[in-house]
Amino acid sequence: MTSTAISTLTVRVLLFASYAETLGLDAIELTFDGGATVDDAIERLRALPGGERLPPKPLCAVNLSQVRLDTPLARGDELAVLPPLAGG
Amino acid sequence: MSYLVTDPIDLGALLALVQSPERGAVSSFLGTVRNHHRGREVVRLEYSAYGPMAEAECGRIVAEARSRWNVAVGLKHRVGELEIGDTAVAIAAASAHRDEAFLACRYVIEEVKRRVPIWKREVYADGNVEWVGSGAAGQQGSGAEDGRDGSGGVVISSPSESSPS
Repeated sequence: MTSTAISTLTVRVLLFASYAETLGLDAIELTFDGGATVDDAIERLRALPGGERLPPKPLCAVNLSQVRLDTPLARGDELAVLPPLAGG
Repeated sequence: MSYLVTDPIDLGALLALVQSPERGAVSSFLGTVRNHHRGREVVRLEYSAYGPMAEAECGRIVAEARSRWNVAVGLKHRVGELEIGDTAVAIAAASAHRDEAFLACRYVIEEVKRRVPIWKREVYADGNVEWVGSGAAGQQGSGAEDGRDGSGGVVISSPSESSPS
């Protein structure tokens, strides 16, 4: 920590169903230096052990609504990575 | 009102929610657990959900139906472990005349399948367990229709073989 620390962005990421099993976790916090998009978060997840099995363009939601991958993330956002939906 | 439930769905209660003297047409839809999937015998399955978003999305879908047609709509989706024949989803739509009730009911089930974050893990008679849905279908820009039952699965545990058909 320094007094001139650049602003960081921390978001909470939720994983479900097959993706949670693939990565072996159902939630993780990601921190970025400066800004980031949903796509940046996916790239980070895909670098985790098992993450190569995540598709590069999964369905995603931020704060309970589906979003595009180029959506910017804001501090405190909850990003959910959604496997293929199978309700009904 | 909660759209996701863990207890068995009571269709009678759902119908009672939407019926009224001025609505003479009531349409309902039940989705029940099938005993087969792509030629394989299913013995039971488990639904899981991203609860807060599923509730929000169901609420949006019901509100859309009510704004498009003059209908009352009831919707319940079950989560947890279900047996063959159990009701997984139930929809009731009531309106003055039948056209609107049918249209609203159809709209709600199609949008639920397309938009609500619910996942299904099937247990097969051969002991395999698979999440329903395939990688490609879950990607942005792939088209929502691909996410339906015809797609492959992500194999989670596979005592005898490893690839979905």
